[in-house]
Amino acid sequence: MLGSFISQVFGPMELEFFRNALMVSTLAGALCGLVGVFVVLKGMSAIGHGLSHAIFGGFVASTLLGINVLLGAGAWGVASALMIGGVTRRRIIGSDAAIGVITTASFALGLALIAMFDRTARNFEAVLFGSVLGVSLADVLVVAAVTVVAVAVVVLHYRSLLFVTFDPEVAEVSGVPGARLEAILMLVLAASILVTMQVLGVTLVAATLVIPATVARMLTSSFSRMLVLAALIGAGSGFVGMVASYHLDVQSGPAIVLVGAGLFATVFMITGHRGRMRVGDLVSAHGGANSYLKEVRPEDLASPQSRLAVPPQFVPPSSGR
Amino acid sequence: MRKADDLLISLDQITCGYGNEVVLDRVDFSIERAQFTGVVGPSGSGKTTLLRVVTGTVSPAAGSVWQSNGLRLAYVPQVETVNWNFPVTVGECVLMARTTRRGTTSEGSTRGSYGRWAPWPSRDERRLADEMLARLGIGGLADRHIRELSGGQQQRMFIARALLGEPQLLLMDEPTSGVDVKTRHEIVHLLGELNSEGLAIVVTTHDLNGMAAHLPHLVCLNREVIAAGTPGEVLTPAVLERTYGAPMEVLEHGGMPVVVDHYGRDASSVRAIGNSGKSS
Repeated sequence: MLGSFISQVFGPMELEFFRNALMVSTLAGALCGLVGVFVVLKGMSAIGHGLSHAIFGGFVASTLLGINVLLGAGAWGVASALMIGGVTRRRIIGSDAAIGVITTASFALGLALIAMFDRTARNFEAVLFGSVLGVSLADVLVVAAVTVVAVAVVVLHYRSLLFVTFDPEVAEVSGVPGARLEAILMLVLAASILVTMQVLGVTLVAATLVIPATVARMLTSSFSRMLVLAALIGAGSGFVGMVASYHLDVQSGPAIVLVGAGLFATVFMITGHRGRMRVGDLVSAHGGANSYLKEVRPEDLASPQSRLAVPPQFVPPSSGR
Repeated sequence: MRKADDLLISLDQITCGYGNEVVLDRVDFSIERAQFTGVVGPSGSGKTTLLRVVTGTVSPAAGSVWQSNGLRLAYVPQVETVNWNFPVTVGECVLMARTTRRGTTSEGSTRGSYGRWAPWPSRDERRLADEMLARLGIGGLADRHIRELSGGQQQRMFIARALLGEPQLLLMDEPTSGVDVKTRHEIVHLLGELNSEGLAIVVTTHDLNGMAAHLPHLVCLNREVIAAGTPGEVLTPAVLERTYGAPMEVLEHGGMPVVVDHYGRDASSVRAIGNSGKSS
């Protein structure tokens, strides 16, 4: 009975593309979970969301021009990341709006290019929502490589990253190269979005950055444990989501995000008040977490653009917003 | 330029601003070894900016900053600016001081482990952190989450982190804002003790009676340096009115100056305020 159930669930493992897709989604989940810890703690969820949309423009442009997609969209993503980083760092008035303009314009450009020059449009729908199909071994290796780099960055710069994430000003006074670390983080974030968007979908990557880190925060008050937990939760959601995606015939992005959201709801209920205190208060009186965050007023909580460490109610970002 | 041996840092005719707004206007400011100075002034008078020029996180538009060779300074931010829900324990927070190699010249005591890349602390580091926490009266709390500390303990934790970098100069932004009277006393005494051990300290404060009057040296700041000297010298109605833009009276109590708001020449205006407050 159980045996047949297992063989039914994991039957598609015999298919090579599914094995690859499963590996990619698991790695992608772990990668986004790890990077997401910084996104959440630095209040960068808006940036993560924006960046994924920005990269879409580069993806479409390089596909239509016949340039290597990873290189083309990568360069586009790096340029957007640095631009967003520069704007945010200088605290120019309305940096939120600046992020919105840069990234949404890029996304819109991508959509416009498709409408004008592409006849099939099938290719691009996969990038918007994530697809299991056509995942090659090369894709697995690329995601694995970025994951290794991300882990190396986090381990080698652990102390500096912790310091600069918690207390950027004092870190700078103490000689931690804050601007350089932030640039490295932005690059790792851009690379992570770039290589995972095929499976996770441009419009859903932001959720896979935010959910595992938020769930991990509800479970622990230690930075190092939060990193490990977020990566494990991300990997688990990626794996389960991909299996569900195959059997329910749902795109992989939504499947993975829904598994994560289910986990979030479960942990939210199980950890009760304690867990809610931990994430809820990321945005309370001491919401002035770092240079990006100013005082958070209750009316800000309703706005999807508010730069909260964690959105109080979880709204998976959608392309329409 | 030759400077006195005791000079740690010296700001010369510093002008600073954000956008078109001038925050500091030709400010001279210097700190010597073992000096204890309070910078007082109203909100927006440039106190925090002055500290940032000293730490080097803000570069002035004009003027020059001179620093003694290999100066080790530590900065304690306002407690309100910190995300107390950040997933970090007291011990981990204190050990952030040992993230970088910069800031240490004393050999021996910190040999080997300083600037360690490994994410986890060495046994030596944990011992150092425990000792420092114990010295500041919050020993045994290293494994607590930072949120579980009281306001005074949070301030002590930050001082512990600062001291772990073995600074010659400690800069604190509003160390007594938002804490109760008892905690304020504790902090003032702790800083006095550290200063008597030879540490130079600069604090900013808007609390004239609770903090400034107890310090040996004050600088009154409002865009420019209005006056500098002992509390007895600078806490005068003339200086305070120029600093705060509002008339104040200075009384004396137990040999200490006490600053009180001044609502006008005769008490009738005060009564009028009181009455209008009640009647509505």
